[in-house]
Amino acid sequence: MPMDESVRKAVLGAVPSLRAFAISLCGNVDRADDLVQETLLRALANIDSFQPGTNMSAWLFTILRNHFRSEYRKRRREVEDGEGHYADTLKSQPDQIGQVEFREFREALAQLPSDQREALVLVGASGFSYEEAAHICDCAVGTIKSRVNRARTRLAELMGIESAEEFGPDQQTRAVLASGE
Amino acid sequence: MNERKPLGQQKPMETVAANRNRKANPKPAKLSRETQARLGQQLRAMYDDVVGQGVPDRFSELLNRINGGTNKDKQ
Repeated sequence: MPMDESVRKAVLGAVPSLRAFAISLCGNVDRADDLVQETLLRALANIDSFQPGTNMSAWLFTILRNHFRSEYRKRRREVEDGEGHYADTLKSQPDQIGQVEFREFREALAQLPSDQREALVLVGASGFSYEEAAHICDCAVGTIKSRVNRARTRLAELMGIESAEEFGPDQQTRAVLASGE
Repeated sequence: MNERKPLGQQKPMETVAANRNRKANPKPAKLSRETQARLGQQLRAMYDDVVGQGVPDRFSELLNRINGGTNKDKQ
Protein backbone atom coordinates (compact mmCIF):
# COMPACT_ATOMS: atom_id res chain seq x y z
CA MET A 1 0.00 0.00 0.00
CA PRO A 2 2.24 2.86 -1.19
CA MET A 3 1.23 6.18 0.25
CA ASP A 4 1.21 9.47 -1.51
CA GLU A 5 3.96 11.66 -0.05
CA SER A 6 1.56 14.56 0.53
CA VAL A 7 -0.80 12.23 2.41
CA ARG A 8 2.04 10.88 4.52
CA LYS A 9 3.12 14.41 5.40
CA ALA A 10 -0.41 15.51 6.23
CA VAL A 11 -0.98 12.48 8.47
CA LEU A 12 2.36 12.88 10.21
CA GLY A 13 1.74 16.60 10.65
CA ALA A 14 -1.53 15.87 12.44
CA VAL A 15 0.04 13.46 14.94
CA PRO A 16 1.07 16.02 17.60
CA SER A 17 -2.43 17.49 17.90
CA LEU A 18 -4.04 14.04 17.64
CA ARG A 19 -1.94 13.03 20.65
CA ALA A 20 -2.94 16.12 22.58
CA PHE A 21 -6.61 15.44 21.86
CA ALA A 22 -6.25 11.74 22.69
CA ILE A 23 -4.58 12.52 26.03
CA SER A 24 -7.40 14.86 26.94
CA LEU A 25 -9.87 12.06 26.19
CA CYS A 26 -7.98 9.18 27.87
CA GLY A 27 -6.17 10.99 30.66
CA ASN A 28 -3.31 8.55 30.18
CA VAL A 29 -0.44 8.96 27.76
CA ASP A 30 0.20 5.30 26.95
CA ARG A 31 -3.42 4.63 26.16
CA ALA A 32 -3.59 7.86 24.20
CA ASP A 33 -0.64 6.82 22.05
CA ASP A 34 -2.23 3.42 21.44
CA LEU A 35 -5.39 5.25 20.44
CA VAL A 36 -3.46 7.45 18.01
CA GLN A 37 -1.70 4.43 16.53
CA GLU A 38 -4.97 2.56 15.98
CA THR A 39 -6.43 5.75 14.49
CA LEU A 40 -3.57 6.03 11.99
CA LEU A 41 -3.89 2.37 10.98
CA ARG A 42 -7.63 2.76 10.46
CA ALA A 43 -7.20 5.99 8.57
CA LEU A 44 -4.58 4.57 6.23
CA ALA A 45 -6.63 1.44 5.63
CA ASN A 46 -9.50 3.70 4.59
CA ILE A 47 -7.53 6.44 2.94
CA ASP A 48 -9.69 6.08 -0.19
CA SER A 49 -12.63 7.47 1.75
CA PHE A 50 -10.71 10.67 2.45
CA GLN A 51 -11.73 13.39 0.04
CA PRO A 52 -8.68 15.31 -1.19
CA GLY A 53 -8.99 19.00 -0.57
CA THR A 54 -10.94 18.54 2.66
CA ASN A 55 -9.44 18.95 6.11
CA MET A 56 -7.20 15.94 6.80
CA SER A 57 -6.83 16.91 10.44
CA ALA A 58 -10.60 17.02 11.00
CA TRP A 59 -10.96 13.66 9.24
CA LEU A 60 -8.36 12.05 11.54
CA PHE A 61 -9.91 13.66 14.64
CA THR A 62 -13.27 12.17 13.65
CA ILE A 63 -11.81 8.68 13.31
CA LEU A 64 -9.97 9.00 16.62
CA ARG A 65 -13.05 10.21 18.45
CA ASN A 66 -15.27 7.46 17.04
CA HIS A 67 -12.70 4.81 17.89
CA PHE A 68 -12.36 6.19 21.41
CA ARG A 69 -16.13 6.13 21.89
CA SER A 70 -16.55 2.58 20.66
CA GLU A 71 -13.46 0.96 22.19
CA TYR A 72 -11.89 3.04 24.91
CA ARG A 73 -14.56 4.76 26.89
CA LYS A 74 -15.81 1.59 28.53
CA ARG A 75 -12.29 0.93 29.80
CA ARG A 76 -11.93 4.45 31.12
CA ARG A 77 -12.66 3.79 34.77
CA GLU A 78 -10.09 1.04 34.98
CA VAL A 79 -7.32 3.60 34.79
CA GLU A 80 -7.30 6.02 37.66
CA ASP A 81 -3.60 6.85 37.74
CA GLY A 82 -3.90 8.91 34.61
CA GLU A 83 -3.18 12.25 36.20
CA GLY A 84 0.17 11.40 37.74
CA HIS A 85 1.32 9.70 34.62
CA TYR A 86 0.21 12.57 32.49
CA ALA A 87 1.98 15.11 34.68
CA ASP A 88 5.25 13.27 34.08
CA THR A 89 5.04 13.95 30.38
CA LEU A 90 4.60 17.68 30.79
CA LYS A 91 7.92 19.20 29.95
CA SER A 92 7.18 22.77 30.87
CA GLN A 93 4.87 24.68 33.11
CA PRO A 94 3.29 27.75 31.62
CA ASP A 95 5.05 30.83 32.97
CA GLN A 96 1.99 32.85 33.84
CA ILE A 97 0.19 30.06 35.66
CA GLY A 98 1.15 28.71 39.04
CA GLN A 99 1.89 25.02 39.30
CA VAL A 100 -0.87 24.39 41.80
CA GLU A 101 -3.50 26.14 39.72
CA PHE A 102 -2.35 24.31 36.61
CA ARG A 103 -2.72 20.97 38.37
CA GLU A 104 -6.14 21.97 39.66
CA PHE A 105 -7.12 22.84 36.13
CA ARG A 106 -6.14 19.42 34.78
CA GLU A 107 -7.96 17.66 37.59
CA ALA A 108 -11.07 19.75 36.98
CA LEU A 109 -10.88 19.06 33.26
CA ALA A 110 -10.70 15.33 33.96
CA GLN A 111 -13.92 15.58 35.97
CA LEU A 112 -15.98 17.02 33.13
CA PRO A 113 -18.41 14.78 31.28
CA SER A 114 -16.58 13.54 28.20
CA ASP A 115 -18.89 15.24 25.70
CA GLN A 116 -18.24 18.61 27.36
CA ARG A 117 -14.52 18.02 27.60
CA GLU A 118 -14.08 17.05 23.97
CA ALA A 119 -16.11 20.06 22.79
CA LEU A 120 -14.04 22.41 24.92
CA VAL A 121 -10.73 20.94 23.73
CA LEU A 122 -11.70 20.92 20.05
CA VAL A 123 -12.84 24.55 20.09
CA GLY A 124 -10.60 26.00 22.79
CA ALA A 125 -7.31 24.27 22.04
CA SER A 126 -7.33 22.38 18.73
CA GLY A 127 -8.44 25.49 16.90
CA PHE A 128 -11.48 23.97 15.18
CA SER A 129 -14.47 26.15 14.42
CA TYR A 130 -17.80 25.33 16.08
CA GLU A 131 -18.92 23.92 12.72
CA GLU A 132 -15.89 21.64 12.40
CA ALA A 133 -16.23 20.51 16.01
CA ALA A 134 -19.92 19.73 15.40
CA HIS A 135 -18.93 17.66 12.37
CA ILE A 136 -16.27 15.76 14.33
CA CYS A 137 -18.70 15.05 17.19
CA ASP A 138 -21.59 14.35 14.83
CA CYS A 139 -23.96 16.81 16.48
CA ALA A 140 -25.53 20.22 15.90
CA VAL A 141 -23.50 23.43 16.12
CA GLY A 142 -25.78 24.67 18.91
CA THR A 143 -25.06 21.51 20.88
CA ILE A 144 -21.32 22.16 20.66
CA LYS A 145 -21.80 25.75 21.79
CA SER A 146 -23.84 24.75 24.79
CA ARG A 147 -21.38 21.98 25.73
CA VAL A 148 -18.49 24.46 25.58
CA ASN A 149 -20.38 26.91 27.77
CA ARG A 150 -21.31 24.28 30.31
CA ALA A 151 -17.74 23.00 30.32
CA ARG A 152 -16.37 26.47 31.11
CA THR A 153 -18.91 27.13 33.83
CA ARG A 154 -18.27 23.76 35.44
CA LEU A 155 -14.50 24.23 35.28
CA ALA A 156 -14.77 27.59 37.00
CA GLU A 157 -17.01 26.03 39.64
CA LEU A 158 -14.66 23.12 40.27
CA MET A 159 -11.69 25.46 40.55
CA GLY A 160 -13.58 28.00 42.63
CA ILE A 161 -12.41 30.76 40.31
CA GLU A 162 -15.61 32.65 39.84
CA SER A 163 -16.75 32.44 43.45
CA ALA A 164 -15.26 35.78 44.49
CA GLU A 165 -17.14 37.82 41.93
CA GLU A 166 -20.19 35.56 41.66
CA PHE A 167 -21.09 35.29 45.30
CA GLY A 168 -19.42 38.42 46.60
CA PRO A 169 -22.55 40.57 46.71
CA ASP A 170 -24.52 37.77 48.35
CA GLN A 171 -21.90 37.31 51.03
CA GLN A 172 -21.92 41.04 51.66
CA THR A 173 -25.67 40.99 52.08
CA ARG A 174 -25.47 38.10 54.49
CA ALA A 175 -22.76 39.87 56.46
CA VAL A 176 -24.93 42.98 56.76
CA LEU A 177 -27.93 40.92 57.88
CA ALA A 178 -25.84 38.96 60.36
CA SER A 179 -24.31 42.07 61.93
CA GLY A 180 -27.81 43.53 62.34
CA GLU A 181 -28.91 40.72 64.61
CA MET B 1 -51.53 51.61 81.08
CA ASN B 2 -52.41 50.30 77.75
CA GLU B 3 -49.44 49.19 75.77
CA ARG B 4 -50.21 48.73 72.18
CA LYS B 5 -47.96 46.41 70.32
CA PRO B 6 -46.78 47.81 67.05
CA LEU B 7 -47.74 44.59 65.33
CA GLY B 8 -47.60 45.95 61.87
CA GLN B 9 -43.99 47.00 61.94
CA GLN B 10 -42.03 43.81 62.14
CA LYS B 11 -43.37 42.01 59.17
CA PRO B 12 -42.53 44.63 56.53
CA MET B 13 -38.93 44.74 57.72
CA GLU B 14 -38.53 41.01 57.31
CA THR B 15 -40.01 41.18 53.85
CA VAL B 16 -37.55 43.84 52.77
CA ALA B 17 -34.65 41.79 54.02
CA ALA B 18 -35.93 38.68 52.30
CA ASN B 19 -36.36 40.51 49.00
CA ARG B 20 -32.92 41.98 49.20
CA ASN B 21 -31.50 38.53 49.83
CA ARG B 22 -33.35 37.08 46.88
CA LYS B 23 -32.11 39.77 44.52
CA ALA B 24 -28.54 39.18 45.59
CA ASN B 25 -28.81 35.54 44.68
CA PRO B 26 -29.03 35.47 40.88
CA LYS B 27 -28.94 32.35 38.73
CA PRO B 28 -25.47 31.35 37.49
CA ALA B 29 -24.31 34.27 35.38
CA LYS B 30 -22.02 34.19 32.39
CA LEU B 31 -18.36 33.87 33.26
CA SER B 32 -16.39 37.07 33.10
CA ARG B 33 -14.05 37.62 30.18
CA GLU B 34 -11.16 37.39 32.56
CA THR B 35 -12.19 33.96 33.79
CA GLN B 36 -12.81 32.68 30.27
CA ALA B 37 -9.41 33.95 29.17
CA ARG B 38 -7.74 32.29 32.14
CA LEU B 39 -9.38 28.93 31.48
CA GLY B 40 -8.50 29.19 27.80
CA GLN B 41 -4.90 29.99 28.62
CA GLN B 42 -4.56 26.91 30.82
CA LEU B 43 -6.29 24.66 28.34
CA ARG B 44 -3.96 25.75 25.55
CA ALA B 45 -0.90 25.51 27.77
CA MET B 46 -1.75 21.90 28.52
CA TYR B 47 -2.54 21.08 24.90
CA ASP B 48 0.40 22.93 23.36
CA ASP B 49 2.79 21.20 25.70
CA VAL B 50 1.89 17.87 24.10
CA VAL B 51 1.89 19.36 20.60
CA GLY B 52 5.37 20.74 21.30
CA GLN B 53 6.63 17.21 21.89
CA GLY B 54 6.39 16.69 18.14
CA VAL B 55 6.03 13.26 16.54
CA PRO B 56 7.33 10.42 18.71
CA ASP B 57 9.50 7.92 16.82
CA ARG B 58 6.90 5.23 17.12
CA PHE B 59 4.60 7.08 14.72
CA SER B 60 7.12 8.08 12.10
CA GLU B 61 8.40 4.50 12.17
CA LEU B 62 4.86 3.22 11.81
CA LEU B 63 4.25 5.33 8.72
CA ASN B 64 7.59 4.40 7.25
CA ARG B 65 6.84 0.73 7.85
CA ILE B 66 3.47 0.99 6.14
CA ASN B 67 4.90 2.99 3.32
CA GLY B 68 8.09 1.00 3.57
CA GLY B 69 9.06 -1.76 1.21
CA THR B 70 6.77 -0.92 -1.66
CA ASN B 71 7.90 2.65 -2.21
CA LYS B 72 11.59 2.01 -1.70
CA ASP B 73 11.58 -1.00 -4.00
CA LYS B 74 10.05 1.04 -6.74
CA GLN B 75 12.60 3.80 -6.51
